[in-house]
Amino acid sequence: MRITRVLSATLLALGLAAGPAAADSSPSPSASSSDGGAPTTAGTSFRTAAEIDQGQRATASASTGDYLYWSFPADAGQRPTVKATVKLPGTHAAQTWQIDVYDGLRRRQACQYGAQTRTAERGAASVDLACVLRTVRAWSEPWANDPLPGTYYVRLTVVNLTTADLGQPIEASLQVGSKDIGGSAAVDGSLAKPLVPGIAVSSKSEADDGGSSKPAVLSGIEPEDGWSSGWWSDRWVWTGVGAILAALAGIGGYTLTRGAGRPTRVPPGA
Amino acid sequence: MIRTQRLAAGVCALLATLAAGLVLPAAARAGEPTGEATPKVDLVLDVSGSMRTRDIDGGTRMAAAKQAFNEVLDATPEEVQLGIRTLGANYPGNDRQTGCKDTAQLYPVSTLDRTEAKTAVATLSPTGWTPIGPALLKAADDLGSGAGSKRIVLITDGEDTCAPLDPCEVAREIAAKGIGTTIDTLGLVPSTKLNKQLSCIAEATGGTYTSVEHTDELTDKVNQLVDRAADPVVTPVATEGAGRCTDAPTLKSGLYTDREEFGQERWYRVDVQAGQELRASVSVAADRAVSPAYGALLRAVTVHGREIVRGEAAGDGRTDVISTGLRYPKPERDDDSDKPAAETVCLQVTNSFSAASGVKTTPGLPLELTVDVVDGPSHASDVASFGLGRGWWLLGLLVLVGFLAGLIWGWLSRWRVAVWRTN
Repeated sequence: MRITRVLSATLLALGLAAGPAAADSSPSPSASSSDGGAPTTAGTSFRTAAEIDQGQRATASASTGDYLYWSFPADAGQRPTVKATVKLPGTHAAQTWQIDVYDGLRRRQACQYGAQTRTAERGAASVDLACVLRTVRAWSEPWANDPLPGTYYVRLTVVNLTTADLGQPIEASLQVGSKDIGGSAAVDGSLAKPLVPGIAVSSKSEADDGGSSKPAVLSGIEPEDGWSSGWWSDRWVWTGVGAILAALAGIGGYTLTRGAGRPTRVPPGA
Repeated sequence: MIRTQRLAAGVCALLATLAAGLVLPAAARAGEPTGEATPKVDLVLDVSGSMRTRDIDGGTRMAAAKQAFNEVLDATPEEVQLGIRTLGANYPGNDRQTGCKDTAQLYPVSTLDRTEAKTAVATLSPTGWTPIGPALLKAADDLGSGAGSKRIVLITDGEDTCAPLDPCEVAREIAAKGIGTTIDTLGLVPSTKLNKQLSCIAEATGGTYTSVEHTDELTDKVNQLVDRAADPVVTPVATEGAGRCTDAPTLKSGLYTDREEFGQERWYRVDVQAGQELRASVSVAADRAVSPAYGALLRAVTVHGREIVRGEAAGDGRTDVISTGLRYPKPERDDDSDKPAAETVCLQVTNSFSAASGVKTTPGLPLELTVDVVDGPSHASDVASFGLGRGWWLLGLLVLVGFLAGLIWGWLSRWRVAVWRTN
């Protein structure tokens, strides 16, 4: 009798505890890639950067020596990965390619892993580059360089080449995916507006002309399902489940001291 | 007629503005294209004698250029105003003085009449010199003023034959004079020397350089460049930073452009209300040959000279810009002190670019500054979101404490029952 009760309580606890673990491993949003409307050109400066969504595969035909710019949105809790492939012309000398990622304030963001810079040997057909950024936080101190939700810029260029290779046609493609880090990266506080350049101007003008006309904006970027409000994280589940488990364990502990049913020493008439 | 239309349009505009609850004209805001923002493109084609060479897909370079032009003229978007200028098309002689002035407007920068433009292109035949510098200067004049994006596309098969006017410096001057003018260059069957000169011209204005060996490459590239001109882009507002904060111009949210010489410092002022956040970022472009190690520094300083926050960037190697930014959330006021609600923040921009002794230092390097004043962030009272917990240690601790509490409560109540029963 007592054993079954304890066992069922344990099973219940285990079942509940599996909740947060399941919420932990939510699939990454980059899986659903839709190439419809992916840009086929790249910008040549921060101002003209081609806007792409996460999961899209952007392509661009350009020339060796160009500075190619794309921008993509990244929200809190995501750890973006930028992957670029450059198809090189048939004959060329050794050249070094590099991707740099900048945040909405045009601050350079460090790559945790990935070949950010790579040298293509003489005559190599293509070169692959990758950059795994740090996890985007909802808030950070103004003195920190932490990645914050907003626009991110990618610059792809050749950093070392011979003059004879300048202007040769290349094909560049870029894809941005991200891993959802979840509650372990959920910090307190949030920005009033994401770090999107020109947002003070664009939101004001939208209010002015009722959003009817679309003037050129520095960055009109937004994730597919909008910016997260920032209050939800799986920390609520963990803490809630913890509270329930504590209550159950309390009941369990209490029952252990009471024994099964009525105390044996109590006379039947009491 | 026109006047009544204008009047009607004006009344409509006024009503719209009033309806939106705003009295200021919207066009006055910084960082937005004002008025007619028509994109303009001027194609500058080299018609020098060397264009006769037969080495592009079996035909002459001139034939390739003509074919490409015909296709580009067909594909040009309606909103783009396109013009064509030639260089070396008219003077076949050997006099350098005259040959270096030989540039003519073949088709004015205007709304495109395709047939007319094509007829004009068909008349061209390779003739004279290659005065790139003078042609670029004239092309910049062709584009005139206007808020829209302006592009010059230079197509040539040989380097400039009209020294000492360096086309790179001409390009830099054009970029310094007119905001938003970009020069893209295309080299037909280029040599290393031409590569160098054309990429120098392109980099001086933030444009691109492409070497072309086939007709379809030429068509694709020119089409791409014309389309790029049609993309709506925010035009920056020219401003001039001061040498110290007290004389600095006051900026509102928007995109600004300025020039900064090597080692110079530029100051700007921004008013920030309590509870607002200032976001500023700055890019300093390397539009000439600079030394491989460089940097940029953006500081937010109070009017009394105390540094609030800074953004710094350093780099090495080949680059187009170096950029950095900063954020300054001004805290909400929690007392009714006499201090004014708005604080003037001074922004200081310095760069640590340097160049070899032969490189010209004026005009300064192009500087782009974005300023955004938005609502401040919510205050973080804890490291974790809402101070909530997470992880197996937390669960273990909660279960343990709960279990112990249950045990103790159980024993306590048993003890109480036992005491009650003995009494």
